[in-house]
Amino acid sequence: MNDALKIEKIDNVAVVIRPITKGETVICRDHEGETITVCAVSDIPIYHKIALQDIAQGAKIVKYGEHIGEASQAIRTGEHVHTHNVAGVREDLREAQ
Amino acid sequence: MMKNLEFKGYRRPDGKCGVRNHVLVLPTSVCSSDVAKMIASQVPEAVYVANQSGCAQVGRDLEYTLNTIVGYACNPNVYGTVLVSLGCETCQLDLVAELIEKRTCKPLVKLDIQTEGGSIKTVEKGIRAAAELAAEAGVLERELVPITELMVATECGGSDPTSGLAANPTVGMMADLVVAAGGTAVLSETPEFIGAEHILARRGVTKAVSDRIFEIVYRYENDLGVFGENVRDGNPSPGNKAGGLTTLEEKSLGCIHKSGHSLIQAVYDYAEPITERGMVIMDSPGYDSASIAGMAAGGAQICVFTTGRGTPLGHPLIPVIKLTGNKITYHNMEDNMDYDASPAIYGEKTLEQQGGELLDLVLECASGKKPKAEALGFTETSIAKICNYT
Repeated sequence: MNDALKIEKIDNVAVVIRPITKGETVICRDHEGETITVCAVSDIPIYHKIALQDIAQGAKIVKYGEHIGEASQAIRTGEHVHTHNVAGVREDLREAQ
Repeated sequence: MMKNLEFKGYRRPDGKCGVRNHVLVLPTSVCSSDVAKMIASQVPEAVYVANQSGCAQVGRDLEYTLNTIVGYACNPNVYGTVLVSLGCETCQLDLVAELIEKRTCKPLVKLDIQTEGGSIKTVEKGIRAAAELAAEAGVLERELVPITELMVATECGGSDPTSGLAANPTVGMMADLVVAAGGTAVLSETPEFIGAEHILARRGVTKAVSDRIFEIVYRYENDLGVFGENVRDGNPSPGNKAGGLTTLEEKSLGCIHKSGHSLIQAVYDYAEPITERGMVIMDSPGYDSASIAGMAAGGAQICVFTTGRGTPLGHPLIPVIKLTGNKITYHNMEDNMDYDASPAIYGEKTLEQQGGELLDLVLECASGKKPKAEALGFTETSIAKICNYT
């Protein structure tokens, strides 16, 4: 049974698919069936994001294999990732086409 | 899965096929809206659409309103139209009628309140005209029509992370099937490309189409910037965030999944008539009611609408099918939901399976089955604007 979905291999966050309580072991599965296990260091509401690795302040949050924002403060593995520690950043994506 | 990709529709004299058979009572401006509503209320088969605009507008703002109301009369789901104007508004009766008649030969009755001599006389004439159209429309029967005649609008509203995980990819699978069979699917909601526009641009069938994708995104941001506004202040919404969507980029990367994987054939301005087959984009706001309106005006006969938080929204002219990837929302708001896309998140079904099931449902609803928004009478709608009234 998996507790979270990791969308792309390079993602540094996963989406939890049930409510997670601080201290729980969270098994994150990707499309190919590979899993990574992290320990939740905060409560995480259902369908919210959990950090799969430490993310430095200013570093990109990666979901869907793309940048979804930047860490506005340092984020630890297993932490809830949301508006309190992520800022949206407008990038010029024309070169990425 | 239906063996033949076809539906039962109403053939119009202009060659198009509708999935419904409405008599439309259409106000050209807010000033004639009450009269239009009164007419429609007396004829059971008639449908009224709200119009808050139609006067004191200029430029692109006026174009949006004009194209929407003309597009509504031309929509294949409409048998014929009773067009009601005040008489002095910017969207003049003859102007609107001429634009409709250029595109379709369907029945069109024109009423002008100032010429008729006031509201009561106009309502009387309008009821008579609408009732006559309803009687004629009642003779029409559905016939088998190939999916090549179908245009499916895609929409998302009240999104949450399940939208990007399951509901939108399910719609994308469905869209791929429609396009592969020769039909058309429409992606809109331009602000919800922000952060994902490069992914869409890669799929432009020509460089011109790819450039247009960037163009409509930057134009959208600039339009708001002129007023010192930032799109991020309104998008993601409070509900999007409560559900787990953190940034606009994250929302957009989930939203674009609705378009599947096909090449994008064309990019249309808001409410412009859609003439290409295949996967297309229409510039529209993220505002659900206006976005559906634009695609319906463009010619879409049916809409597939994903939601994470749940919404009962429909449209007066086109049936709106609701699906969610959020299992809690599906059970909580089952009265307003048509399809549960959450099994894909839990490995109970594949996205391919769900895409096929959704296509079956689309064809069933095209052939007459009423999705919940339609069965419950949800008809509120709006027209996009770019600036204030003059």
